[in-house]
Amino acid sequence: MAEKTTTDIQATPRTGKTLATREENRYMVPPVDIYETDNALAVIVDLPGVHKDGVDIRVDQDILTIKGKIRYQPPKNQIRGEFGLMDFFRQFQLSDEVDQEKITAESKNGVLTITLPKAEKAKPRQVKIKVG
Amino acid sequence: MGTWSLDFISDMEKMRREMDRFLDEFGSSSWTFPFSKTSFLPGRAARGYPLLNIGEDNDNFYIDALAPGVDPKTLDVSVTQNQLVISGEKTALLSSVEAKAIHRSERSAGQFARSMTLPFDVNSEKVQATYQDGLLKIILPKAEVAKPKQIRVSVT
Repeated sequence: MAEKTTTDIQATPRTGKTLATREENRYMVPPVDIYETDNALAVIVDLPGVHKDGVDIRVDQDILTIKGKIRYQPPKNQIRGEFGLMDFFRQFQLSDEVDQEKITAESKNGVLTITLPKAEKAKPRQVKIKVG
Repeated sequence: MGTWSLDFISDMEKMRREMDRFLDEFGSSSWTFPFSKTSFLPGRAARGYPLLNIGEDNDNFYIDALAPGVDPKTLDVSVTQNQLVISGEKTALLSSVEAKAIHRSERSAGQFARSMTLPFDVNSEKVQATYQDGLLKIILPKAEVAKPKQIRVSVT
């Protein structure tokens, strides 16, 4: 599964379609683990400060887009500040192997787990996934 | 003599902390991943994890710790006078998944402990801690002696 955002502009033909899926605002790149099992791919994303309702996962034109809206108020009268949080954003190019209809996601303790079941045949379509 | 050696030790402690801070800010940022600020990197960052934001008002300290994916059962906050220790374990999900291949491993996992000296004593009986969406929020009420006293100035 290839990283999608910003890095490979030359690799994608400039159709304008890809650009529409990009994020315009400033964002943070969340760290990700990707495991493969016999039946599925598991994408595990650290999204601290993002509530379940703030997670937005989409698959459009074979691009998996993960967005996380930060809901965090830093303490007032700070005497020490080590971290700041911004909205999270990251994209991956999916291969034909993934059954896009059956993608599921779960959020727990600020960690999002997306399960991408493998499929025999790829069928292009746009899917909005509900976060459970 | 006793006081001299205490001063010396606290000066050394202060210097060590300054060095840590310096290394945190300048040493690591130039050669790590963009998300190293949020991820747990054992070895190098285990002592500086979790990252903290600290605020205060007249009554309380407010500490937010950035610690996604920690098993709440392992999370431990202990306070003695002005010493705060946060420890826990960030769980690797690999044990529950039978992975045939690992394509990316950026999150890393392991045990961590961070101690912190607060500028005042706190009332350890009334410390509250909540863990939500990967953020640990701790409210530490200041001990009575540490609270600022309002002194009314009478003008004559």
